[in-house]
Amino acid sequence: MVFEGLSEKLQQTFKKLRGKGKLSETDVTEALRDVRLALLEADVNFRVVKDFIARVKERAIGQEVLQSLTPAQHVIKIVHDELTTLMGATQSRITVSSRPPTIIMLVGLQGAGKTTTAGKLANLLKRQGKRPLLVAADVYRPAAIKQLQVLGEKLEIPVYVQEDNKNPVQIAKAAADYALSHARDTVIIDTAGRLHINEELMAELRNIKQTVKPHEILFVADAMTGQDAVTVAETFNNELGLDGVILTKLDGDARGGAALSIRAVTGRPIKFAGMGEKLDALEPFHPDRMASRILGMGDVMSLIEKAQNSIDLEQAKEMERKLRKEDFTLDDFLEQLRQVRKLGPLDQILGMIPGMGSLQKKLQGAEFDEKELKRTEAIICSMTKKERRDPSIINGSRRKRIAIGSGTRVQDVNRLLKQFVEARKMMKRLQEMQKSGKKPSGFKLPFMH
Amino acid sequence: MGFFDSLKKGLEKTRKGFTEKIEQLIIGYAEIDDEFLDDLEALLLTADVGVPTTNRLMSDVRQGIKNRSINSPEDLRPFLKNRIREILTNDASLPSAAAGPQVMMIVGVNGVGKTTTIGKLSHYYKENGEKVLVAAGDTFRAAAIEQLEIWARRTGSELIKHTEGADPAAVAFDAVQAAKARKVDRLIIDTAGRLHTKSNLMEELKKIHRVIGREIPGAPHETLLVLDATTGQNAINQAKLFGEATNVTGVVLTKLDGTAKGGVVVAIKHELGLPVKWIGVGEGMNDLRPFQAEDFAEALFGDK
Ligand SMILES: Nc1nc2c(ncn2[C@@H]2O[C@H](COP(=O)(O)OP(=O)(O)OP(=O)(O)O)[C@@H](O)[C@H]2O)c(=O)[nH]1
Ligand SMILES: [Mg+2]
Repeated sequence: MVFEGLSEKLQQTFKKLRGKGKLSETDVTEALRDVRLALLEADVNFRVVKDFIARVKERAIGQEVLQSLTPAQHVIKIVHDELTTLMGATQSRITVSSRPPTIIMLVGLQGAGKTTTAGKLANLLKRQGKRPLLVAADVYRPAAIKQLQVLGEKLEIPVYVQEDNKNPVQIAKAAADYALSHARDTVIIDTAGRLHINEELMAELRNIKQTVKPHEILFVADAMTGQDAVTVAETFNNELGLDGVILTKLDGDARGGAALSIRAVTGRPIKFAGMGEKLDALEPFHPDRMASRILGMGDVMSLIEKAQNSIDLEQAKEMERKLRKEDFTLDDFLEQLRQVRKLGPLDQILGMIPGMGSLQKKLQGAEFDEKELKRTEAIICSMTKKERRDPSIINGSRRKRIAIGSGTRVQDVNRLLKQFVEARKMMKRLQEMQKSGKKPSGFKLPFMH
Repeated sequence: MGFFDSLKKGLEKTRKGFTEKIEQLIIGYAEIDDEFLDDLEALLLTADVGVPTTNRLMSDVRQGIKNRSINSPEDLRPFLKNRIREILTNDASLPSAAAGPQVMMIVGVNGVGKTTTIGKLSHYYKENGEKVLVAAGDTFRAAAIEQLEIWARRTGSELIKHTEGADPAAVAFDAVQAAKARKVDRLIIDTAGRLHTKSNLMEELKKIHRVIGREIPGAPHETLLVLDATTGQNAINQAKLFGEATNVTGVVLTKLDGTAKGGVVVAIKHELGLPVKWIGVGEGMNDLRPFQAEDFAEALFGDK
């Protein structure tokens, strides 16, 4: 297929680009030619590609090539970074109104996946302790209302319906009132799919917006969308002022260049990704993964990873030294946590430490729990210098003081101290293993699920 | 954000640029220069034709300039249009209709317009005086059966349905039996939308296909893959994998009433030989047209 040819070409381009020093214009241009193709193949809009390439070129020329990277790898790294930045931060939060109900409105083209997404979103919010109300405002497509009702039944979430009313504006308004009187704190309005050039139907959306004043207007878009994504997203954004985007059908093999196109023309964050037909298949959107996916080619990605690894290696080595330090104190523990947070996924970091391969597998996909991390940080910061150096002196009354100081409970302090002892034990074991060549067994740090 | 602003201006330019160029051409001012060829290339790419097919077409153009089939700028557009029409023209003769019900199976990924297309197709064949039966083979998606039921009522077609969660192959089996017993002219079978990458779901599709073929030799006589014109290069993978599973005989390109051009069908025909048979231009039952290569090639260049 096309891609194989493309990656081969990239490899050849890379072969030509050896040597160190500053990135020359030729280096950059050559490498970017292939990147341009990759982006176009991924359905990133032609204009977006053009501007993106120009931007990367400007940034890359004259840059000092990082040690351990070839110039081409360095260019790809810049491309990947830039792509990730453009894609925005992970931002899968829904604005919550201080005065309930919070009103969310889903809009988009026909067949994008709005109704299923409405169900998934309601499900997600319900799990977060919300009391959602689904609103069937698609009065056009045959059986669209019934579809939402079936989903609501499955999820045990009420669905607001007015069988005989063909006016979505009235339905939305009535639903908002209903939510208020029935203590539903979140309203999710499923609107009919429509073409962005259909004036009448776009006016209807504006009317709904004016009438119920949604806190979030989310644009639902199919990940398989091609070049037209820019036109569609731009129009919806101009007409309605979008707050965010949900990308659907990412469980397929589409490279998903539309994500970049939509981001580029709307500037709005992509909040969630639909990953399947099941009602729990809605995930937070990960900009970096999307960047890799759009670039697509496996070998290019491994190149980037290699590049990334070699950059982090220095830091990893530093951490390894810390990890193995004899006098491992709570200060180090805290330092270690911060380092880990900075470095990213723990499994990858461990992968860089010799002899930790099997542990790395166990930790695959382990995510940091930011909240837990913050709490740990707060607890340690509430200790005196002396306590941090020698935790054995932390008795009952000290524990109480630390808990109050850090806004946590005594149980949390206890747990942390226990984990610290475990971590210290593990350090020891690590060192012994290093000597005897044995494999480490499972352990868990407090901030991992 | 600077990037976004500059991009917006750029998009505006692309939209206007080409038509202006064409106009200049017609007045006879512009020359075929590299810039012009670049614009031509951009036009193809933004119509979702895809890189390989665009490259192919552009090299045809360059060849045309060399061998003097293109002599002046005005020749350029007709030349390219012609080339695209040639690619898209379906030369395969229609399979001679066997006796008994003509069976059609409709497949595609989620939300492309399968069920709506069945509504439109049944209307079309009813208008042609046929007796039409439709089968609610999407037993998975919530209210998919009800949706087809409404379409059957609208078009005055007969309907075979089971309940949500039933085996779609069993629905197909019953439908084929009913089609024979009731002596209908045409049976159109709906299937659940599925991503072509889900192998278990593609197996299910194969099974439906097999069951139909066992009951009526040679059936399904048509397996139509529904593609959404808004879809980009992924449509090629869809065509490949649905083709492998069910021996697709043609494409229905829907949602051409939007601004998307659906240019990926040029690549699909070029690479896989799979012809477009119908286009969808709206949500009503009259919004279906037989595919015309000439018109499509024309529309690829025009502003809508
Ligand atoms: N504008 C426009 N909309 C269309 C066209 N064809 C279908 N639609 C709309 O696209 C949406 C999805 O159509 P369906 O027929 O339900 O699609 P499907 O492929 O059966 O969907 P699933 O069964 O859920 O996979 C509906 O809102 C249709 O009205 C078309 O040609 N133009
Ligand atoms: Mg359907």
